[in-house]
Amino acid sequence: MKLTLAKKKVVWAYIFLAIPIVFFAYIRVYPALFAFQMSLHDYNPLAAEQPFVGFENYERLFDQLGKRKSQTKSAFQNTINYVLLGVPIQLCLALAISLMLNEIRFMSTLYRVMFFLPFVTSTIAIAWVFRMLYQPRFGLFNVILQLVSLPQQPFLRSTQQALPSVLALVIWQGMGFAIIIFLAGLKQIPRTYYEAAEVDGASRWHTFRYITFPLLNPSLVYLLVLQTISFLRMFAPVIAMTEQGRGGPLDSTVTVVLQTYREAFQSFNMGYASSLTVVLFALILGVTIIQLSVTSRRIN
Amino acid sequence: MAQSITPSNIFKDQGRVTTVGRASDDWKYKFFSYLLLTMIAFTMIVPFMWMISTSFKPEKEILRRNVFPVEPTLDNYSDVINKTDLPLWYKNSFIVAVMSTVSVAFFDSLAGFVFAKYNFPGKRPIFIIFLTSLMVPTEMLLIPWFIMSSNPPIGATWVDTYWGIAFPGVITASGIFLMRQFMQGVPDELLDAGRIDGVSEFGLYWRVAVPLSLPAIGALCIFNFLGNWNAFIWPLIATTRSEMFTLPVGIQQFSSEADTPWNLIMTGASLSVVPLLIVVIIFQRYIIEGIALTGLKG
Repeated sequence: MKLTLAKKKVVWAYIFLAIPIVFFAYIRVYPALFAFQMSLHDYNPLAAEQPFVGFENYERLFDQLGKRKSQTKSAFQNTINYVLLGVPIQLCLALAISLMLNEIRFMSTLYRVMFFLPFVTSTIAIAWVFRMLYQPRFGLFNVILQLVSLPQQPFLRSTQQALPSVLALVIWQGMGFAIIIFLAGLKQIPRTYYEAAEVDGASRWHTFRYITFPLLNPSLVYLLVLQTISFLRMFAPVIAMTEQGRGGPLDSTVTVVLQTYREAFQSFNMGYASSLTVVLFALILGVTIIQLSVTSRRIN
Repeated sequence: MAQSITPSNIFKDQGRVTTVGRASDDWKYKFFSYLLLTMIAFTMIVPFMWMISTSFKPEKEILRRNVFPVEPTLDNYSDVINKTDLPLWYKNSFIVAVMSTVSVAFFDSLAGFVFAKYNFPGKRPIFIIFLTSLMVPTEMLLIPWFIMSSNPPIGATWVDTYWGIAFPGVITASGIFLMRQFMQGVPDELLDAGRIDGVSEFGLYWRVAVPLSLPAIGALCIFNFLGNWNAFIWPLIATTRSEMFTLPVGIQQFSSEADTPWNLIMTGASLSVVPLLIVVIIFQRYIIEGIALTGLKG
């Protein structure tokens, strides 16, 4: 049988794509649908049966959220706190550092590499290092506090300070990524704009306010979405920095993903855990859709 | 980020934009920039220094307040290597990271080549399904993956096997997207000339498209290796026996005893972090430019 070139190309395209198509269908699409289905069942892998319960898992979830205090409620509250505190602080710091880095030449590569190293480091390894730094008496932070005659702080052992302490690590670790994206955005801004601003005698602040910041908007929106999603998915730092990975003290650092992990793999309530992940998915989808609408409005 | 990505400009320096002039206050601005940057850079390095310094401290110095060891020792290293499974975790992490990186390099670039250079019915829907899978957070798939791994279509169980740890990442949608962008820059004339010379379709991919896309494939490999080396949540679920842990999972398990062995944890952390940092410093230019151009998040 003789095939035309166009038909031959179609056949080859499908041969080349065969394994990726099977992979995405079986490892990505099917499990996603399976997760929805599990969330409608009382799914315990150790039990003999997995009865269908309709939306009971979701009812339980919203029931927990309505309580005055519950682990699920803490998980959602903390996750929202991580996002609302973490994203703005991280992006402001990264933007300030990028603006400074963009103006220097001497040693700029060295600085960039230093800011970037934490980002490529294993979160678990470096979270354990921070956990040690936060220890009472021998931890570096308390040693420094003592050197400058300030009172010792409990950090991870206090319900008030634990969340900001975990957050500090996450901000510290993820900043390098934001800096690289901002620097790439700054490089794209045409030099002539700055020359024109200078001719007009614009101050440094005005140049930033009316040229740099508006033109950096694509990088900013991109980072807002990406960092929001990564803070929503927080897990490793909390399990590494809290006593027995429980998200304590008193659930003060627990996140949605940690709660999911504990429900699914420690209590084997996989149906309920799946309903948690479906809500997480909805949150992430919401953030993405807001980004798409913001981006398309700007183009119009 | 709307810049077009072609093989010719991807790793070329694009000349930096600096605000020119303002000689009067320029040096002040620069001075404060350097001052602040140095202070922040210092805070970036201190945790690493603390980690390495603690790994050389004898046990009795851990609870003391000295930053550097008074009597440096290699005992922690010999303890970690001889008395824990860390050498095995090292091997496991390496095998899993290499396995998935080789697979990603091949399948992502092949699929990217097809999406960039072939027209076939169903192309758009397939591509869109691949990309939408990026929107589904991995966390949602963990529980189904675990159920599938305990009762897989092939073999008895995937739990505690290399394949079981690696399978979620052997093909990545972000990598396919990156390779498609990049391979659109491969000239059609070159492919058609190859066809006239009787080169097979696979030959066109292997001998024309791949050599022209090596920088992008390299960047993809580096990110993928880093991502797998540091991966935590799935390896935590997919392994139950200490001999099969990857490094992050193993380091997390150090703590299970009531007394936290800080010196051993810091030694394990140093061993897991330092070799990779050296590699990253050597390839920093490619990694940083790769991230800047692709927005990939490792």
